[in-house]
Amino acid sequence: MASIQYREIDGRSGGYAALLAVLGALIIAGLAAAWTMEHHGHHITGMSNRIVWGIPHVFAVFLIVAASGALNVASIASVFGRELYKPLARLSGLLAVTLLAGGLAVLVLDLGRPERLIVAMTHYNFKSIFAWNIFLYTGFFAIVALYLWTMFERRMNRHSARMGLLAFVWRLVLTTGTGSIFGFLVAREPYDSALLAPLFIVMSFSFGLAIFVLVLMAGCRWTGRALGDVVLNRLRNLLGVFVATVLYFVAVHHLTNLYIARQHELERFLLWEGGIYTALFWLGQILIGGILPLALLYGTASRRALVAAALGVIVGGLAQVYVLIIGGQAYPQLLFPGKEVRSSFFDGVVASYAPSLPEVALGVGGVALALALTAVALKVLPFLPRSLADGDIAAAAA
Amino acid sequence: MNPDRRQVLAWGAAATAAALAPGLRLVELAQARSPQEAASKLQRWGLLIDITKCGECDACVTACHEENGITSNARPATDAQWIRKVSLRDTRTGYAQTLPLMCQHCEHPPCVDVCPTGASFKRADGIVLVDKHTCIGCRYCVMACPYAARSFVHETVSGQKADVPRGKGTVEACTLCVHRVDRGATPACVEACGRDGGGAMAFGDLNDASSAIHRRLKSEPSSQIRADLALNTGVRYQGL
Repeated sequence: MASIQYREIDGRSGGYAALLAVLGALIIAGLAAAWTMEHHGHHITGMSNRIVWGIPHVFAVFLIVAASGALNVASIASVFGRELYKPLARLSGLLAVTLLAGGLAVLVLDLGRPERLIVAMTHYNFKSIFAWNIFLYTGFFAIVALYLWTMFERRMNRHSARMGLLAFVWRLVLTTGTGSIFGFLVAREPYDSALLAPLFIVMSFSFGLAIFVLVLMAGCRWTGRALGDVVLNRLRNLLGVFVATVLYFVAVHHLTNLYIARQHELERFLLWEGGIYTALFWLGQILIGGILPLALLYGTASRRALVAAALGVIVGGLAQVYVLIIGGQAYPQLLFPGKEVRSSFFDGVVASYAPSLPEVALGVGGVALALALTAVALKVLPFLPRSLADGDIAAAAA
Repeated sequence: MNPDRRQVLAWGAAATAAALAPGLRLVELAQARSPQEAASKLQRWGLLIDITKCGECDACVTACHEENGITSNARPATDAQWIRKVSLRDTRTGYAQTLPLMCQHCEHPPCVDVCPTGASFKRADGIVLVDKHTCIGCRYCVMACPYAARSFVHETVSGQKADVPRGKGTVEACTLCVHRVDRGATPACVEACGRDGGGAMAFGDLNDASSAIHRRLKSEPSSQIRADLALNTGVRYQGL
């Protein structure tokens, strides 16, 4: 059996420096935004007492969900024994760590008191799903780091399958935890569903793989590595299955709500009368993030179509998380069934929200941090195979 | 004039009462809590609000915000509101009502469940509070509260009251005027409603069988907002 040859990327080109410069500028902008929000208070953002979680949370949740999904490629190799995926496993583990780091950075920097992070590390309320997540996230970093070590270190290779299994189980629990942040909100009709945990898991499969495909294609193209059709077509089919699964879960969620009389008003809001949220749902989440990628993935075999499909999944995914987080808060909480409600605290009306520049800069900064960490890691350690050409893959898998 | 038998008995009863009263008062004092003593679960502080007596005034809101140093920055979307007047109109019949809404001081508070650091907590006597030193400003409690009773402090606060610490970047809500309750007084909203409003609000110990609030809850109909959530709120309403 021919072994796979990995090599660091060269990282001395002008393009690489330019990439890091752009990402660095975005990271600095994100940090400046966080400082401004901290200094002035959150009133300078679009967030309010009705929309307490805004654009930063959309980016943070998207990145955290995508992080666990990015690990899937490695899991398929280690846990399900598909040799074809093995050369991709290191990059998969790397993206899992960097995307999570980007998402957590956004989440932490948006806190009202980010300097009290140490409090969150020393005071725990174990009934809080947030407190569990602190352990799930830090545990994920540690487990994936060990998993990567078993892949990199030849003497540890024999433990790779077991570490892969642990990482796979951990990531399922982690995404269950992220989905349950919303699923456990019993008092809000748009959330309060056990379905959100598995929905978040399939969303992670889809978002994570879309990002993985784009990073893999960019990494190979920009470093002159061969990337054969065998690998790409396998990933193409997998992405299609994941996109379809997300659509299925979304359909079941809405159909269930449509069946329940007390949820009719909510569905009328989300699917029909919700303005920006309705538009984002149908055009962003369903069309750009679902139907279009399916048509591109199964309708044509071109690489551009794959790139467009992956981009569509990411844009649609952000729209989905936006509708879920912000649309879910904008919809008025049910306090008095059968009554019209008015108050100075905006009870009974759809809350307005307009993202502010600092919020967007913080969210984008998190994405930039994830990508910058990835780019630097690729230069420091051999994450990428020398070649993913069809012949080399077949030889390695043989 | 010789006192008759009945009069003798009455004098005897009066003398007995006069002799026992200081003793009973001592028992009451002995049961009162010293400032050093922790809150006791023997008590469950709560409110009973008769909304048939609640008119269009906002005496409770003004008094609360004055008592607790809650000032407006003329930004309604981000200004803190510990108590608010809510107007209701029945969608079918058009029947209109108004009521004050604040933290309902649940026995099973969702805000306390979700708080990662334990900053949101419930005192033994049922008052739900936020520890300003351990709140990290994640706002998960605001997401979880069924009553939208919590506010996030969106900007620097000024004019704080010594009894009511506040801080930018943390979450806060009605404390049931815990600083007054611990001194044996009633919350500012209740006092103001009795003085300037319709006398719709009553405060007391829900556990104390001899308290007026307990007796009314036992003998008159009352309800909880979102009773379906089974949170056993400390704030009860009549006429809803």
